[in-house]
Amino acid sequence: MASHSSCPSIKNILLLDSDGKRVAVKYFSDDWPTNSSKIAFEKFMFSKTVKTNARTEAEITLLDNNIIIYKFVQDLHFYVTGGDDENEIILASVLQGFFDAVTLLLRNNVDKREALENLDLILLCLDEIVDGGMILETNGPLIAEKVRSHNMDADSPLSEQTLTQAWATAREHLTRTLLK
Amino acid sequence: MAQPLVKKDDDRDDEAEYSPFMGIEKGSVLQEARVFNDPQLDARRCSQVITKLLYLLNQGETFSKVEATEVFFAVTKLFQSKDMGLRRMVYLMIKEISPSADEVIIVTSSLMKDMNSKIDMYRANAIRVLCRITDGTLLSQIERYLKQAIVDKNPLVASAALISGIHLLQTNPEIVKRWSNEVQEAVQSRAALVQFHALALLHQIRQNDRLAVSKLVTSLTRGTVRSPLAQCLLIRYTSQVIHESSNNTQSGERPFYDYLESCLRHKSEMVIFEAARAITELNGVTSRELTPAITVLQLFLSSSKPVLRFSAVRTLNKVAMTHPMAVTNCNIDMESLISDQNRSIATLAITTLLKTGNESSVDRLMKQITNFMSDIADEFKIVVVEAIRSLCLKFPLKYRSLMNFLSNILREEGGFDYKKAIVDSIVILIRDIPDAKEAGLLHLCEFIEDCEFTYLSTQILHFLGIEGPKTSDPSKYIRYIYNRVHLENAIVRASAVSTLAKFGAAIDALKPRIFVLLRRCLFDSDDEVRDRATLYLNTLGGDGSVVETDKDVKDFLFGPFDIPLVNLETSLKNYEPTEKAFDINFVPKEVKSLPLAEKKAPGRKPTGLGAPPSVPPPTADAYERMLSTIPECANFGKLFKSSAPVELTEAETEYAVNVIKYIFDRHVVFQYNCTNTIPEQLLEDVIVTVDASEADEFSEVFSKPLKSLPYDSPGQTFVAFEKPEGVPTVGKFSNILKFIVKEVDPTTGEAEDDSVEDEYQLEDLEVVASDYVLKMGVSNFRNAWESLGPDFERVDEYGLGPRENLAEAVNTVINLLGLQPCEGTEEVPPNSRSHTCLLSGVFIGNVKVLVRLSFGLDGPKDVAMKLAVRSEDETVSDAIHEIVASG
Repeated sequence: MASHSSCPSIKNILLLDSDGKRVAVKYFSDDWPTNSSKIAFEKFMFSKTVKTNARTEAEITLLDNNIIIYKFVQDLHFYVTGGDDENEIILASVLQGFFDAVTLLLRNNVDKREALENLDLILLCLDEIVDGGMILETNGPLIAEKVRSHNMDADSPLSEQTLTQAWATAREHLTRTLLK
Repeated sequence: MAQPLVKKDDDRDDEAEYSPFMGIEKGSVLQEARVFNDPQLDARRCSQVITKLLYLLNQGETFSKVEATEVFFAVTKLFQSKDMGLRRMVYLMIKEISPSADEVIIVTSSLMKDMNSKIDMYRANAIRVLCRITDGTLLSQIERYLKQAIVDKNPLVASAALISGIHLLQTNPEIVKRWSNEVQEAVQSRAALVQFHALALLHQIRQNDRLAVSKLVTSLTRGTVRSPLAQCLLIRYTSQVIHESSNNTQSGERPFYDYLESCLRHKSEMVIFEAARAITELNGVTSRELTPAITVLQLFLSSSKPVLRFSAVRTLNKVAMTHPMAVTNCNIDMESLISDQNRSIATLAITTLLKTGNESSVDRLMKQITNFMSDIADEFKIVVVEAIRSLCLKFPLKYRSLMNFLSNILREEGGFDYKKAIVDSIVILIRDIPDAKEAGLLHLCEFIEDCEFTYLSTQILHFLGIEGPKTSDPSKYIRYIYNRVHLENAIVRASAVSTLAKFGAAIDALKPRIFVLLRRCLFDSDDEVRDRATLYLNTLGGDGSVVETDKDVKDFLFGPFDIPLVNLETSLKNYEPTEKAFDINFVPKEVKSLPLAEKKAPGRKPTGLGAPPSVPPPTADAYERMLSTIPECANFGKLFKSSAPVELTEAETEYAVNVIKYIFDRHVVFQYNCTNTIPEQLLEDVIVTVDASEADEFSEVFSKPLKSLPYDSPGQTFVAFEKPEGVPTVGKFSNILKFIVKEVDPTTGEAEDDSVEDEYQLEDLEVVASDYVLKMGVSNFRNAWESLGPDFERVDEYGLGPRENLAEAVNTVINLLGLQPCEGTEEVPPNSRSHTCLLSGVFIGNVKVLVRLSFGLDGPKDVAMKLAVRSEDETVSDAIHEIVASG
């Protein structure tokens, strides 16, 4: 699908814990048709990346003709996979969008426990980033805003805000994250 | 109802870790899903249950058909709730369950209502869900709304419709193609991502229309493209247009290059990189065009972001294969990357440096690599080993330090693939650099002293047997080989015995010692080892007398085994034990590529003439068996070659006919495979009359008509010609199919008595020079080339005129000659300006032919070719040249 002349396409987005177990995963390609092949891929990828330091900047590697971009925070491991023809920086922007959105949605408490408690938000977040391999949105604050505006009980004032206001709040969130 | 199934063991062993899903069970969650049916819906509770269901699916749990249906129906009840958060989870759940076609109906109306809702979020998501689960019939009902949605002023809605369009284009292209106007409008959208999605869809709708794509690119490269993603798309489409247009424009200026170059100054890194990569991949890119792209990539090399460094070094690594000089400017930055934390980046940097480095920098590089080899993964080590191998071939004088490096890493820990890559490299270096032979062989000997891989041990022993006896002091290898007979498993022992025998055969002085060793092997515990020892002792005359090894024995031990094993297997299976012993010389030597269907279904063999209708077309093998049923052909001798079927009729005509050409030394037989595609007809006495007036060296000897040809059951008729012996006689034959038609009553299937004679014009058939050439690979082209010698070498140069690219030219010549490409040289790396292709085969009369083709680009598109032929007969060498000259 990820032929060079066509659209950028994402093969999967994975959120694993520090043992390589699933928190939330979403596959968009047929490269791994069965659950066991998916698990095998996750295991292999996890073992190849776990020892690297991907905490400050997103790291990258090439495994089995797939480009994998990843970033670790606390006990959460974020991964985005694309074909080996893909523009690495586009894949990185998807990872960054996912990561930023999750940070906002979990109100900076980015760890496994918080992620599982808000699994609905994480799943909606995945749904808002990529649709069937096509990139929907890569801007973290916008993704978070789309997820949260649907979710009345998450943060009630947000859903009543207008788009611009939400934007501003989101930006503030982000600035705070960066300054921290 | 559902029983509690196997518990998920998440976090169970780790009591301290809390998880909201601890001890979750599918059965109980399915029970909980009953809250969906409550008259008073608790939105929060329902959301939680959906989350639990999604969690289970996400962990790889599967729902049975019944369970999924139940959940699906329960979830559809939730459309009653007005809670937005819950609705969002419902959408997600429906997509995950992906209901079957008859279930989709249930939610269609709810989703269509949401599609027309005032709330943007409902509209956007309802579109995505509906398009995911819909089929063609429903699509035409909602098409109107989708068209509207594409130009909706809310970007979420527009993007949702456009993305759905991209997915639907795969299944319902004719519907989506009708949306062009709306999509076109969306391309102009002010929302950045809408533009990106619209551009992607528009291009996919028009991708087969070159002119439209070219127009699209022309207008957009002048206009404004807002999002970096859309800009990347445009760059891809632009390079596609450049690629296609470069075929017909000869002038120096490349269209759209300016646009690509301007993108190098874009503020977004992904656009800069996309443009730089596009420039490096241009066909026949010049160094002037490359320079600005290399400059931006060089900046990336020193970025703090690993992703940028990786993308840049990977692209430069590719450029280094075709334009090493263009990359040398980056060498300093590249060297600092050798110590990069990210090992992928470090490996790519090293291999790039090895490609661009010069002779003086080799030693320094090797030192740096040695430090870093121990902490990279095997797959990267293999890349490094391969780069070192090519470096060594480039700078043969440096073999000493490179060979030392290889032998050092050979001693270290490593997996099979890695070790194999090293051994292969040493073997190649030994073959290509004569000075490196003795040192290399000793390294290999030391390696097998302590090698855990049987495959590698046997390969090395075999190689020692061939190269060892040619060295200045062969006796020193014998100790290493005989050690294997003591210490190894049976497979290695057997191959060590063969190697010993080769030393004995090649060097008479060593014979007495070898005999002593071989006799000891007669007491081995394994029968294969004992058999080999016995065989060699007898063939070498191990009864004590030291005689000179005769030529036959040497051929047997050292000669190439040029019969494909598959063919040998088939022949052995077909052989029926009679008075006549099995003769290996009658095994065909042609490499047959098995048809795909055959590979997929092993064991299903067509049964020749008795094959029932509607089976897949018989294989060449089966055709040859048909030929052997004709007694007239029995005295034609051994079949030299059979061609692939050549169609003599258009597809879907009344009678389908194809022909197979069988080439014998003095004869040619045409086998016409005929199929009658008219159910109301029965054909009888079917024969092809061949007019050979344009093939005057051929004379017809016999023809064998087909008695009857019922509907849809293929039959064969044969025509045989005599021709001058052993020469590639060519000619053109015109064919007419003649037969008697009988009407068949379609209800009873019985033929009527009335018959009419009729004939049917077929297309002409040609026997060309390449019909006399047999594909046959050689394992080591260089050795084969040297051993044929320059006696009958013929060299000439040809201009092939303007060609699309080198690969196309190479393919054309390969097909024209009908020879087997060797060592993967039929693959032309993209953007290369020159290429060498090696071919081998057998010419009629069993004459070995080797061809070395050197291609070069002469000017922008003109391809020039140097053709060197070596064979065992000068007339054959000339004949090969004639094929090219007349082609």
